[in-house]
Amino acid sequence: MSDAGDNLKRLIDLYRTMVRIRTFEQTALEAHRAGEIPGPLHVSIGQEAVAAGVCINLRRDDRLTSNHRGHGHAIAKGADPARMMAELYGRATGYCGGKGGSMHIADFSVGMLGANGVVAGGIPIACGAAQGLKLQKSEAIVACLFGDGAVNRGPFLEGLNWAALYRLPVLFVCEDNAVAAFTRADSVTAGPGAPARAQACGVPATSVDGNDVIAVDEAVGAAVAMVRQGQGPQLVHARTYRLMGHTATDAAAWRPASEVEAAHAQEPVARLARVLTERGVAAESLAAIGAQAADEIGAARAAARAAPWPEPARAFADVQDLGAVAWRR
Amino acid sequence: MAAVTLLEATRLAVQQEMRRDPRVWVLGEDVARGGLWGQYRGFVDEFGAERAVSTPISEATIMGAGLGAALVGTRPIIEMRIFDFVMCAMDELVNQIAKVRYMFGGQAKPAVVVRMPHGMWRNSAAQHSQMLEAWFAHLPGVIVATPATAADAAGLLVEAIRCDDPVLFFDPKDLWTATGDVGEPIAPIPFGLARKVRDGDAATVVTWSAAVPVATAAAEQLAGEGTAVDLIDLRTIWPWDQEAVVASVHKTGRLLVVHEAVEVAGFGAEVVARVVERLGPAALKAAKRLGAPRIPVPFAPPLEAEVRVTPDKVVRAVQSLID
Repeated sequence: MSDAGDNLKRLIDLYRTMVRIRTFEQTALEAHRAGEIPGPLHVSIGQEAVAAGVCINLRRDDRLTSNHRGHGHAIAKGADPARMMAELYGRATGYCGGKGGSMHIADFSVGMLGANGVVAGGIPIACGAAQGLKLQKSEAIVACLFGDGAVNRGPFLEGLNWAALYRLPVLFVCEDNAVAAFTRADSVTAGPGAPARAQACGVPATSVDGNDVIAVDEAVGAAVAMVRQGQGPQLVHARTYRLMGHTATDAAAWRPASEVEAAHAQEPVARLARVLTERGVAAESLAAIGAQAADEIGAARAAARAAPWPEPARAFADVQDLGAVAWRR
Repeated sequence: MAAVTLLEATRLAVQQEMRRDPRVWVLGEDVARGGLWGQYRGFVDEFGAERAVSTPISEATIMGAGLGAALVGTRPIIEMRIFDFVMCAMDELVNQIAKVRYMFGGQAKPAVVVRMPHGMWRNSAAQHSQMLEAWFAHLPGVIVATPATAADAAGLLVEAIRCDDPVLFFDPKDLWTATGDVGEPIAPIPFGLARKVRDGDAATVVTWSAAVPVATAAAEQLAGEGTAVDLIDLRTIWPWDQEAVVASVHKTGRLLVVHEAVEVAGFGAEVVARVVERLGPAALKAAKRLGAPRIPVPFAPPLEAEVRVTPDKVVRAVQSLID
């Protein structure tokens, strides 16, 4: 296959990942609205290019830490959407046996070290994972994904300094969706933002259009190459837009409709579809990818719905080995 | 081996385990310089700067990085320098370390030891003197070790390092210089097994950490006056040796719990409540807690003395149970 062919194949892979993420989250939203999924659900609809563009540059044994809006990161890293959906449904067959839900999906078998319910919670963990890997002479690296809200928490500064200090193999990715919960990120963030803060700690940083998966792939590819060469941490700042509310029950109606409409015109899945069409990919091929995703995620939802609840006794498992609930000498 | 200080006993314990297991390493402020207390003296020379890691004053990341390193298969010892600084790392400890195994459905066991030298020591005032171990007994997912002797500190630390559960290890600052024999090699001491310090029938006195020598002095004084108490050092408050305490109170019918921490809602309340539940109220003639008043630890020696439990206070408390 020619270089151009390789490149096209890569774009189609990215498209497939993004469509699977989009379909998963749209389905989860629908299921949440239908009362089938309990608890808080944070979707990343509109941000899929970041997850896909980052993870296509990772190996299976590379690790990843994520945040509360992490379904896309997990899917792109190779997690099984069926087990993810079952976890969202709180079922025994879910990744965490129903103990974690949307905010705590992890799949250690693909290096996904966990979503996180605390903003910036994954940053120190990523630094330590990288330090542990380095100590064990592993060649794996760690991708640390967080939002724009995290850059105003202390662990962001600590983590940048730490990773730079020990030259750790960490790729920091600030997935800047322009809004921290219900507040515009730029209204609560002083100065020029994440890249400048990284550079102040000696961490090279680039900023990229996070809705352009080709640009994300390129920027991350370059940064990952530096990290793999042992040059220490890098930061990629990917500007994107959260098309939906903070949670499934939030309409984010405070945003002007014109702003959201304009953002829809820039959303990454349709944007990549246009590129693929220009590159000669047939509409049927794109439709087939959509149909495959719909089948996969539809089956995941049906299986989750039919899956058993965890046995109540499982609430007492995996607390700790010693001193757990039933502990006796 | 000859008698060593509690501080040296912990140094030997960690050294032994780092020699045994290359996955074990230490991170914390000034660790490469031997640690604030000298508890890692010589480590950087023997184990290198990658296993005896001096860190920035970044408590959140010291704690969180320890967790991340555990999740990829190493076994870090997270040094907090002084217990009170853990307040800067509470998310990483309470929301992350104590939860990941459970939240992720058992996919990972965070095998970390968090060392937190605690308690009053040389008039260090309100932010360097606290004993809040009861908070962590309340926290599912962790073990809470509170040793009082050189041998116990060493043996429990070896157990902690080999344990797959997160262990919160409260070094008793005020007892760093207390001496005792440690074995060679240092054998692990299982968690949840109390140590009987003295035998007696008059009352049961339960204690741990820096209050142990205080209660021991009181028990000796009482013995001189003809009152022999059963004195129990819990050594770990989670898990804790309910069987030893219940058996003793069954015998004596009187229970005093002594801790340096604030008395209100301290772990002493849990001990008394559990014993009452297990034995029934009729089995107890009297029960009492003795701890600090509910005030911050003050600086000036005469003010700090107001807060401390003392042998006299313990003696009076035992006498009040018996009278």
